[in-house]
Amino acid sequence: MAAVSMTVNGKAVTGDVEPRTLLVQFLRENLRLTGTHVGCDTSQCGACIIHIDGIAAKACTTLALQCEGAKITTIEGLAEAGGKLHPMQEAFREHHGLQCGYCTPGMIMSALDIVRRNGNNLDEHTIRDQLDGNICRCTGYHNIVKAIEAGAKAMAK
Amino acid sequence: MSATGIGASVRRKEDFRFITGQGQYTDDVTRPGETRAVFVRSPHAHAKIRSIDVSAAKKMPGVIDVLTGAQLATDKIGNLICGWMIHSKDGSPMKMAAHPALASGKVNCVGDAVAVVIAETIAQGKDAAEKVKVDYEVLPAVVDPAKAQAKGAPQIHPDIVNNTIYQWHLGEKKDVDAAFAAAKHVTRLDIVNNRLVPNAMEPRAALADYDAGTDNLTLWNTSQNPHVARLVISAFIGMAPEHKLRVIAPDVGGGFGSKIFIYPEEVVCLWASRKVKRPVKWTSDRSEAFLTDAHGRDHVTHAEMALDANGKILALRAKTIANLGAYMSTFSSSVPTYLYATLLSGQYNIPSIYCEVDAVYTNTAPVDAYRGAGRPEATFVVERLVEVAARQMGIDPADLRRRNFITAFPHQTPVIMAYDAGDYNASLKKALEIADVKGFAKRKREAARHGKLRGLGYSTYIEACGIAPSQAVGSLGAGVGLWESAEVRVNPTGSVEVLTGSHAHGQGHETTFAQLVSERLGIPFENVSIVHGDTDKVQFGMGTYGSRSGAVGMSAIVKALDKIEIKAKKVAAFMLEAAEGDIEFKDGKFTVAGTDKSAAFGDVALNAYIAHKFTGAELEPGLKETSFYDPTNFTFPAGCHICELDVDIETGKVDIVNWTAVDDFGTIINPMIVEGQVHGGIAQGVGQALMEGAVYDKNGQLVTGSMMDYTMPRAHDLPSFHVGLTETKAPSNPLGMKGCGEAGAIASPAAVINAITDAIGTENIAMPATASAVWTALQKSQAPKAA
Repeated sequence: MAAVSMTVNGKAVTGDVEPRTLLVQFLRENLRLTGTHVGCDTSQCGACIIHIDGIAAKACTTLALQCEGAKITTIEGLAEAGGKLHPMQEAFREHHGLQCGYCTPGMIMSALDIVRRNGNNLDEHTIRDQLDGNICRCTGYHNIVKAIEAGAKAMAK
Repeated sequence: MSATGIGASVRRKEDFRFITGQGQYTDDVTRPGETRAVFVRSPHAHAKIRSIDVSAAKKMPGVIDVLTGAQLATDKIGNLICGWMIHSKDGSPMKMAAHPALASGKVNCVGDAVAVVIAETIAQGKDAAEKVKVDYEVLPAVVDPAKAQAKGAPQIHPDIVNNTIYQWHLGEKKDVDAAFAAAKHVTRLDIVNNRLVPNAMEPRAALADYDAGTDNLTLWNTSQNPHVARLVISAFIGMAPEHKLRVIAPDVGGGFGSKIFIYPEEVVCLWASRKVKRPVKWTSDRSEAFLTDAHGRDHVTHAEMALDANGKILALRAKTIANLGAYMSTFSSSVPTYLYATLLSGQYNIPSIYCEVDAVYTNTAPVDAYRGAGRPEATFVVERLVEVAARQMGIDPADLRRRNFITAFPHQTPVIMAYDAGDYNASLKKALEIADVKGFAKRKREAARHGKLRGLGYSTYIEACGIAPSQAVGSLGAGVGLWESAEVRVNPTGSVEVLTGSHAHGQGHETTFAQLVSERLGIPFENVSIVHGDTDKVQFGMGTYGSRSGAVGMSAIVKALDKIEIKAKKVAAFMLEAAEGDIEFKDGKFTVAGTDKSAAFGDVALNAYIAHKFTGAELEPGLKETSFYDPTNFTFPAGCHICELDVDIETGKVDIVNWTAVDDFGTIINPMIVEGQVHGGIAQGVGQALMEGAVYDKNGQLVTGSMMDYTMPRAHDLPSFHVGLTETKAPSNPLGMKGCGEAGAIASPAAVINAITDAIGTENIAMPATASAVWTALQKSQAPKAA
């Protein structure tokens, strides 16, 4: 077992984990932050996307120990303390960008990274291209694309 | 129309928890003292088990127990079953082989579970699973359904000759043969409907918790129909009496059919929990899902259509071999029979149809219903035949369809179904307009200037949904009735809970069902909660599949609401001191006809419970009603999808440039949600047509066993869709709803392949039409090369 400490959603956390523990296991099982999901075992689907020091990463392909001292943001950390939703969360609801909800946390975290990399004025082609690391089986992506475009614009306000 | 009533695109109630990471899927549920199950699975497609040695595994750290199929048999845990009886044409019943939850003696597909390790953690369980020694004697395997019946093919189950489960047929062969003999034109096609892996994004999971104090078992699982799971696990598998087993399907992350079925893992978790007296959880990883989730489709078909000189269809015949895999999954037998051949009339007036289906065992994962279930296979057969016939006869494909459309209802097809309403010309006409088919020739010339071959493909599909009238399906072999139940509980404060037997796993029932109740009772949308997915709360339910939750599930709610209104009027009559017959109910208010006396819905609810205005002899207190609704017919959603695409001459890559879908779903509660269902269905159908395909090698190893090998459609593989609607009401249910969940997946594969073949000028292309396949076909075709 090894000790690990990091900041998750603004809160300092520590854990005693097996070295092989994945970040996603640490988040889900140790911290009970179950909003980060596991949809595959080959780093393809993106259901586990979180932010490490502000950059999107797949928590299923990251060891918890690699995140020593890092600042992690998960889907649970997006809304404001008072409960006000992040504009990207709001956009997914407004544009029906989710059905079963399982890929949704990863989609939203990925969307924020697309905005970070490409700015707030996103066209459809850019969004579809940049969403390569996320799989949704329900929506056919149509409304996810619309949600991300609108969410990105709303974030600029 | 109110802002939240029927027809409004109300934003979904369920979204808040999902967008904030607060959904509760099965793997998110934990119980004190929870252990983890890790399965030891066969690496061979077909092998005898000589011995299993678990002694080393049992000594591994954190291991609580290691259980095998022999112990399962000793404990008299029953086999998994297929619940739909099909009889062969000679009258003999289908041959259902034994399907134990843990194999003993023999394994029949890669991934067949032979043992389970119960450990403190997953990692410890995995370490121990590697120490289970299984001595296999490997046998030759058969994976190709077209070869499973051949002389000398490996025999999978004892006493099941030629691996043949049934040889079924439907229709009048003599009539069809006569029509073909007299036909001016015959179109013939050999079709493979490719095998698919459903891949709901949430992998299957099960958490079983045995309470020794009460002898009760609770199962949390990823089910589309928890009551059916409880019934089967109790009545057939014999795990526990029905009243001692609770099944909870909490938030479920997509199903598409694959979560209808009862699977070995949930049986084993329940059994193991009782043995180790601790909760046992299993969560599939994606690799396990590829090997063990029931796959979809996998038909090999020869189909023929006979036409007269004017392009009038005279007859259709098809011979299909359906691969059901190593074991018969829960509803597998019904998919290539009554959900398939009954739709071979499409939207057309076809005087005679004959279909033969052989279902076979192979050394592959079980195959069962996947979004559309039989109806995509039927649509692909019919819509490819129609398109190819039109091309061969030099008739415009839209025109040939028009010449054969059914225009008078009700219409009895030669294959059981009685279509009750539709307007196929209307959906075709609207789709032609939205897709700007008139401008296609110009766009094709323009595309050619950029080295692209542009193609246009139609699919005018029909499906039978609203599954289903119980007596009718019973006469066809179904082991259960397919009604739905609802309970409407009005609380003393006037808020309402609806307990429904439908199960939502992405469909948005919490929103659409609340829209119905809010409009009907005239109460705020926010005051309605929908409860589902728990056998302790909901009286009974048949679950969600076959696009049935609107037409059947919501109809049950309507029936319960009717009863609520009747009872509430009685209460109001006492409150308003009027005759019951004089009470009118509108917009949430009870009034006495011809007076200004009134009572709000909430006041009536309160009075129903405080019971001060009437005696027990006059009226029962309370305001809660239940209903079981059994539909009187299937519903028949239908429409027209048009796919326009470019084929890159150099690479064969297909780029969908325009997708038009015009569907007739009858009454629509929430257009936003309906459009979302259409989008998702199209994506799955396009996936089948262009990129998805489960491939086994000749030894039965699944070559496409992960998302790195099996191509899931991604955002950049798809366009945005143009979705339009037409409407004819379904006459068989009180709301006029037809169902929308499967249409996209049913319609789209044929539209894509019709467009590709239009572009490349050869009909010889199989699904998935990958760039490589299209390029190869293109090289062999005589298509004029672009300038």
